[in-house]
Amino acid sequence: MGRTLSQKVWDNHLVHSGDGEPDLLYIDLHLVHEVTSPQAFDGLRLTGRTVRRPELTIATEDHNVPTADIDKPIADEVSRAQVETLRKNTDEFGITNYPMGHPDQGIVHVIGPELGLTQPGMTVVCGDSHTSTHGAFGALAFGIGTSEVEHVLATQTLPQPAQETMAITINGELPEGSSAKDVVLAVLGAVGTGGGIGAIAEFRGPVIEALSMEGRMTVCNMSIEFGAKAGLIAPDQTTFDYLAGRRNAPTGADWDAAVAAWSELKTDPDAVFDREVIIDGKDIVPHVTWGTNPGQVIPLDANIPSPSDFSDPTEADAANRALEYMGFEAGTPMKNIAVDTVFIGSCTNSRIEDLRAAAEVAKGRKVANGMRTLVVPGSGRVKAQAESEGLHEIFIEAGFDWREPGCSMCLAMNPDKLSPGERSASTSNRNFEGRQGRGGRTHLVSPAVAAATAIAGHFATPGDLS
Amino acid sequence: MKAVHVVQGTAVPLDRSDVDTDQIIPSDWLKRVERTGFEKGLFSEWRDGEDFVLNDEAYAGANILIGGPNFGTGSSREHAVWAIQQYGFDAVISPRFGPIFKNNSTKNGLVPVEVSAEVAETLMKAVQDDPSLEIMIDIKRRSLEAPAIGLEATFPLDDSVQERFLKGLDDIGITLTLDADISTFESSRPAWMPRGA
Repeated sequence: MGRTLSQKVWDNHLVHSGDGEPDLLYIDLHLVHEVTSPQAFDGLRLTGRTVRRPELTIATEDHNVPTADIDKPIADEVSRAQVETLRKNTDEFGITNYPMGHPDQGIVHVIGPELGLTQPGMTVVCGDSHTSTHGAFGALAFGIGTSEVEHVLATQTLPQPAQETMAITINGELPEGSSAKDVVLAVLGAVGTGGGIGAIAEFRGPVIEALSMEGRMTVCNMSIEFGAKAGLIAPDQTTFDYLAGRRNAPTGADWDAAVAAWSELKTDPDAVFDREVIIDGKDIVPHVTWGTNPGQVIPLDANIPSPSDFSDPTEADAANRALEYMGFEAGTPMKNIAVDTVFIGSCTNSRIEDLRAAAEVAKGRKVANGMRTLVVPGSGRVKAQAESEGLHEIFIEAGFDWREPGCSMCLAMNPDKLSPGERSASTSNRNFEGRQGRGGRTHLVSPAVAAATAIAGHFATPGDLS
Repeated sequence: MKAVHVVQGTAVPLDRSDVDTDQIIPSDWLKRVERTGFEKGLFSEWRDGEDFVLNDEAYAGANILIGGPNFGTGSSREHAVWAIQQYGFDAVISPRFGPIFKNNSTKNGLVPVEVSAEVAETLMKAVQDDPSLEIMIDIKRRSLEAPAIGLEATFPLDDSVQERFLKGLDDIGITLTLDADISTFESSRPAWMPRGA
């Protein structure tokens, strides 16, 4: 029987396997940021261990960094101490770090791909659940905890128990106005927050093949939201075209050898997946989350559901809590809901294509009165590219706030936060209670819907704008 | 990590699904660079509400947490495990765990007890009715028992994880015994693979 893509990548990294033991996998790229690494470096010091392969380890500062006034020291002392700790640790252990203000700094899952560090067939880990993003290149990429960060620093490997395989096939084509974000929100609606637990998901089918690398990264990014160990997509010409010429991509004869190897990375026709999900692309209209987990999602032109719509008592109970937290009456049309803040950014949707999509909607329009807006590019490079295309001028002209790169309001570890009761349309990945600030109410949407909502003042698609 | 053989005691019923790691420990707490002091942050946004179960005197001193399905989903923050342990819990019972949380638990000696939805619900109700209900979790037998209500169940735990719990083994130490295998693998990696910067 044939093997799936993820099984091939897994097998290619097998350092050791034995009965009753997890497989020991080699890790090709270890990305590090300031939040989940300090205790791991402390662990190395306590045990007198070193970093086995510092050159396969890359660090950046993203979670705590402010998105304004970055020429000044970080005002929050605890955030500043955490960032300074990363600088000390990377210096001590000989690891490259891209600090705040560096042209290559940015959200860890944005800079890996854009520097050409993320390549097909690799294993990529980071102490961050959205590491699944890198699966867009046909890499096996997954988030790990701090104990595992220490393990990878010390050994460049990780013991991993076997996973099931899951195929998520998106057939046909997307309707006009739908994006990669809507694809993954629709998947979440279909499988729920637990639907991928215990499995590695492969996204496939014509809709996925037609996506750009940015779009594929958006889809893979949210694999963890349905509990999958990782999400990945077979590399193809789109992948190779994205990588060609990037700083860490191979060149010359090496490039040819690499492309030959990468071209083998696909699921065999006779391989069998443990789980299968099939979705028709034509049904994927723009989506929005209404509740407090990413599986609580509906089409934008639908009404807010009622707990009685759910036959499962656990889901009904969760819906009840979510309605109360979100301050909603069941049955209200989603498009009637006004928002206070629009956030365009995060490792899900802060790449150049996302900013282009939002700018196209913003062009020649004005944001609604009293609306707070943040456009936070994913990296210094994305920011520079956007500015070279004049996108920042479109945003500023329309009344959007154009910021410096970082994770920002996705998780509110820097000054960008919602206040209690405030409602946001956000291109990020989690609508958990308090995720964007204590008491804040988050709705996940695509960049185009976020921009249209900023202009309309309530949830809207670009097509709804006059 | 410290060896764990048996967890015995009473439990707190946290009767809701999808308790994500942002709820377990909100992101403000992640700015700390230490590994201790997270107990105050545990469920800190919910603990302000008087009705929150952790504030109920009847459950004071409990060392087992019972949650609904999808417990510990979301962020990879190991701080969630540290907060639960430092507050005083030794085990968490749920019908389904977020995968990274579950893995992090096993690295720290917090026992993730995954049981069927029926068993979890029975136990949740029993503990709501009788906060003094004694529960015993046995790592070696992979068993969960509440004799007063006649409940007996088993839970999955990989052999290697079970062994680490019972012996209190350090993962990194185990892997470093395979140093020669790692070096052999490294020598076979294509030269064009990225070496960062």
